[in-house]
Amino acid sequence: MATEQLFTDQPIARMPITRTGALPAVRRPWLLPVLVAGLLATVLVSAGVGAVFISPAEVLAMAGHHFGLAAAPDEMKTVILTTIRLPRVCLGLLIGSGLAVAGAAMQGLFRNPLADPGLIGISSGASLAAVCMIVLELTLFQQLGGLLGYYALSLVAFLGACGTTLLVYRLARVAGQSVVTTMLLAGIAINALAGALTGLLTYLATDDQLRTITFWSLGSLGGASWTTVLALLPFTGVVLVGLPRLAKSLNLLSLGESQATMLGVNLTGLKRQVIVLSTLAVGTSVAVAGIIGFVGLVIPHLIRLVAGADHRRVLIGSALGGATVLTGADALARTIVAPAELPIGILTALLGTPVFLWMLINERTRS
Amino acid sequence: MLNVENLSFRTNQRTLLTQLSFEARAGELLAIVGPNGAGKSTLLKLCAGEQKPTAGTIALHATPLSAYSSKQLAQCRGMLHQQNTLAFPVRVHELVLMGRYPHYGAHPSPADYSIAAAALETVGMQSFNNRIVSTLSGGEQQRVQLARVLAQVWTIPNGLLLLDEPTTGLDLLHQHQLLDVARQMAQRGFAVVAVLHDLNMAAQYADQILMLRAGRLEAYGTPNDVLTASLVERVFGLPVKRLENPCHHCPLIVPVPTFSPAFTQ
Repeated sequence: MATEQLFTDQPIARMPITRTGALPAVRRPWLLPVLVAGLLATVLVSAGVGAVFISPAEVLAMAGHHFGLAAAPDEMKTVILTTIRLPRVCLGLLIGSGLAVAGAAMQGLFRNPLADPGLIGISSGASLAAVCMIVLELTLFQQLGGLLGYYALSLVAFLGACGTTLLVYRLARVAGQSVVTTMLLAGIAINALAGALTGLLTYLATDDQLRTITFWSLGSLGGASWTTVLALLPFTGVVLVGLPRLAKSLNLLSLGESQATMLGVNLTGLKRQVIVLSTLAVGTSVAVAGIIGFVGLVIPHLIRLVAGADHRRVLIGSALGGATVLTGADALARTIVAPAELPIGILTALLGTPVFLWMLINERTRS
Repeated sequence: MLNVENLSFRTNQRTLLTQLSFEARAGELLAIVGPNGAGKSTLLKLCAGEQKPTAGTIALHATPLSAYSSKQLAQCRGMLHQQNTLAFPVRVHELVLMGRYPHYGAHPSPADYSIAAAALETVGMQSFNNRIVSTLSGGEQQRVQLARVLAQVWTIPNGLLLLDEPTTGLDLLHQHQLLDVARQMAQRGFAVVAVLHDLNMAAQYADQILMLRAGRLEAYGTPNDVLTASLVERVFGLPVKRLENPCHHCPLIVPVPTFSPAFTQ
């Protein structure tokens, strides 16, 4: 320790500061621009592929025409783009960014890179509620269905997600001062319970109901329309603004709960905000598109491998990466077995796992 | 600066601290010593405002700790914990800069970067600034964490610095350099409170020693007054001889254990 040179007779506040710029600059500053560019390219391509191919140039021309900059494009293609493709791309963007940013925040909150929004019961609660609605056909559900039509299932799933998360949070508070590990354990217990009940209902289900359940639990953006996009937008918007605001606190939390308190973090407030915002993001996306695994766990992990541990970059990077991956995966899901459609949950896991493993091994051998 | 009066603390039906009163003064290093489970770390947590006392008051700058917001406290007191585990691959310079978080909003100023660099230099870890913290040795990690705490309190003229067994895992040189840094912080107007296990280090560096046993104050005063052979023997249950330290003007405690033959063979 070079204490003699530094601690001179001057008070610490007026010490000469000589080593400006001695600390290294941001690692890999190209990451966020590359992610933005990748996202834009994926949107262009994804909007174009399908039964009728629309080239990126045509997509841009249509956008230009919309703003009065280009000549009128093909009428039919415009209709396909605006009523079928764009809502689907937008839904992919919203769900992908929401899932990934919620996953990153959960990992920060639980101080564990293996954490996942599913851990505190968000997905299993949504599943249980949805399967209840599909199988039990209660009068209440039917009235709800009459009232809301197609969206009744989404609403019920969302409420189920909120319900289990609240239960897990309450249980953890009863057991202790909502210690994060207690919450994790309570989450595992509630997940098991919800899984068992879902299994029981699946056992009771008819063949038709089983098919609905299976498709719902594999996830799909097939239900996309401007209505679903607009319904999801305010929720995802709040999450995408809210979670990155907590980045500094999550960084401090990575030092430890007690250490974070010493640096002025309000732990209770932080936990509440992360849980509420993550439940909003994941609950709404499960409600609209079913269960899409992998994105919330792996995208933040990949971003961390490249960007480092700073949540300011991890959260924003995850949102961009998640949006790109889900939009791209959806484009693939609807073309790979055309004219049928592959459930997107299968695809994200199938493609993502090898990529993830490769990056993991690559990073380990390099360092 | 830090006034503790009639402090008691109970949790889970167990009384951990009973009726403690003392003062950590600006410009002084106060060492808390005592056997395992005496309540030293608990006392430090209470002084840090991390836990609330069951009875009694703790006041910093004549204002009760409970009247501070967590942000205000973060701007006038720093604490080095005994154990620090990191959840993510944080780099050394990022970790030290986190000490500056309570002092800036969205973006660190050039001064924040310079302070972080200077704090890192103080603990002699500047050449490690781009390493991932968890790849460093235990002692190096402890020094980096100290740099983070120093960065947090760097610009405060008379803050409170709490150190919970700060020398754990450090080699001989760095143990003494750490306490030297603590002394220098005290000279700059800080009140420094450190939990120490080594009585001779406490004797050499502390202005005041607070001796705890089973949550009760056994002795409180200068090293010369507190570290008597009879008191140390009574509190720690180990026979000791007190000598005069030949190099420093302070007592030197030498254990003369009388373990049963089974242990000494």
